[in-house]
Amino acid sequence: MIAADRLDRRSAKLLAVEAVGSMRHLPRTHLASLFSPGDLVIANDAATLPASLPGMHGPSGDLIEVRLAAWVSVRNPTRFVAIAFGAGDYHTRTEDRAPPPPMSAGDRLLLGSLVAMVERFLDHPRLFVLHFLSDRRAILSGLARSGRPIQYAHVAGPLALWDIWTTIAADPIAFEPPSAGYALDWRTLAAWRQRGIGFATLTHAAGLSSTGDPVLDQRLPFDEPYRIPERTAAAIRSAQSAGGRIVAVGTTVVRALEAAADTDGGVRAGDGVASGRIGRSTRLRVVDAILTGVHQPGESHFELLRAFAHDAVLDRALAALVKHGYRTHEFGDSMLIARRPESNHTEDHLTSHSRGLRGR
Amino acid sequence: MPADTDLKELRVAVTGGTSGLGLALVRLLAARGARVAFVARTARAVERIAHETGAHGIVGDVGRKDDIYPIALQITGNLGGLDVLINNASSLGPTPLALLGDTECEDFEQALAVNLLGPFRLTKALFGALAASARDGRGALVINISSDAAINAYSGWGAYGASKAALRHLTAIWDEEARADGVRLISIDPGDMDTPLHAVAVPDADRSTLKTPEGSAAEILQTMLAELSSHVPRLVGAHP
Repeated sequence: MIAADRLDRRSAKLLAVEAVGSMRHLPRTHLASLFSPGDLVIANDAATLPASLPGMHGPSGDLIEVRLAAWVSVRNPTRFVAIAFGAGDYHTRTEDRAPPPPMSAGDRLLLGSLVAMVERFLDHPRLFVLHFLSDRRAILSGLARSGRPIQYAHVAGPLALWDIWTTIAADPIAFEPPSAGYALDWRTLAAWRQRGIGFATLTHAAGLSSTGDPVLDQRLPFDEPYRIPERTAAAIRSAQSAGGRIVAVGTTVVRALEAAADTDGGVRAGDGVASGRIGRSTRLRVVDAILTGVHQPGESHFELLRAFAHDAVLDRALAALVKHGYRTHEFGDSMLIARRPESNHTEDHLTSHSRGLRGR
Repeated sequence: MPADTDLKELRVAVTGGTSGLGLALVRLLAARGARVAFVARTARAVERIAHETGAHGIVGDVGRKDDIYPIALQITGNLGGLDVLINNASSLGPTPLALLGDTECEDFEQALAVNLLGPFRLTKALFGALAASARDGRGALVINISSDAAINAYSGWGAYGASKAALRHLTAIWDEEARADGVRLISIDPGDMDTPLHAVAVPDADRSTLKTPEGSAAEILQTMLAELSSHVPRLVGAHP
């Protein structure tokens, strides 16, 4: 299953949607020939933690699964925001999962080689702050040994870290993979470099995307910490001043860049936290186009696209995706959407948009 | 290179870090203030060397595919990134050394798994971190420990020599491919050293003719710093 998926990655498709609404179907490998000299592609280089921990609820002896969902303090693995499930694993859809046993603050959780404590609940009986009773080195070693990638029922075989780390994965701070980055490989980056298309990264701790619980899902995405390197902020300024477009690889990059946006359209370098959702009413200040996976209406990832394109354009894109059998899961196909001209706030951006996504 | 060179910004990972050259490298780098993570198979030895040097000890076997990403996760998680990867862990293949015609397939595979596939897999898993370091202007370097057996045809060194020859060529090709990403890969032949591995390979060697692993480690550190310093200024100009 996974091997087949990986083969499919090379034959993945790309729907490119222009700002004016025109669409093209491309092999995803054609990404290398898209964009124009001076454009800047920005990706999330977070690596993904094995954040699913099977184990036991100490007081009851019941089997549970704990999913680490967000940082309490980024890069400090002592405490996490976590969600508990009852017995079972990813083979069952999260909506159908058994609830965990009743849990109380102070309960011990035995998670593989790690021992943790339920520190306090976050206004929901399944959502809590988990405190590992070890030091950093032991926690990382325990996660590496006992943790599994968080995964969902649509992929039947167990995922390994090599399935979920993107090719540029560097800093292990994400809880779920920044999966738009699966479209990138070193060959594509080399091709962009040769064509004068810039490439830069930020690191954004993508959190849990789904809990299966409607009440909890309403609270997603949780606040996600990000770090924008000084060089990336500088590259954005210089691309913008030369009329180049900013292409975000994935919704996490959009969230980070828009959270760090300055009033002049540049971004502030450094650490920050992206909170809240981006949607129809969001005025994008930085990002001109997004490369993303294929998502469904209603998912926060899809709703974010409404900041880029009118509903009518997205409706037509959706129809085309269905008609041509695009695969929707995170190992599936991709779409590239240019921002609608109306949401631009300077003439410069209108000019750069008129070039379209097609490479020269 | 002055002895007081400050390495405390440098993040280095060493495989095979509990004996021979790897241990000498861990000790030297840690003593010079670098942030060091090392990998070895035996938990007790890892604990001992971690305690002795203050370096981050990681239990794992680079010859096992399933161990690679857990190792990579612990390296980047503990060091907060990676500037230098030293693929030092090595397997002789059959011990005592054997003529190729007498070499069991499994022993040959073991030499390939540790000496060739292991460095390939670990470098691939950490390549994102190395490229991130390069983008950050810090330089990024992979040092693959080679051997004169990678070049010369020594009777009895078939599994080891073939695996090291393949590693040497892989290193050269990857260096060509990765240069534009700011990541360098080099092979270093540390010479014949007085190590446990050498003692198994050549039990009756005259140890007085052998280099000390500490001496080879010092040479490798010099090469590493020269590579990093020659490379970083170029990087600064090459990236936006």
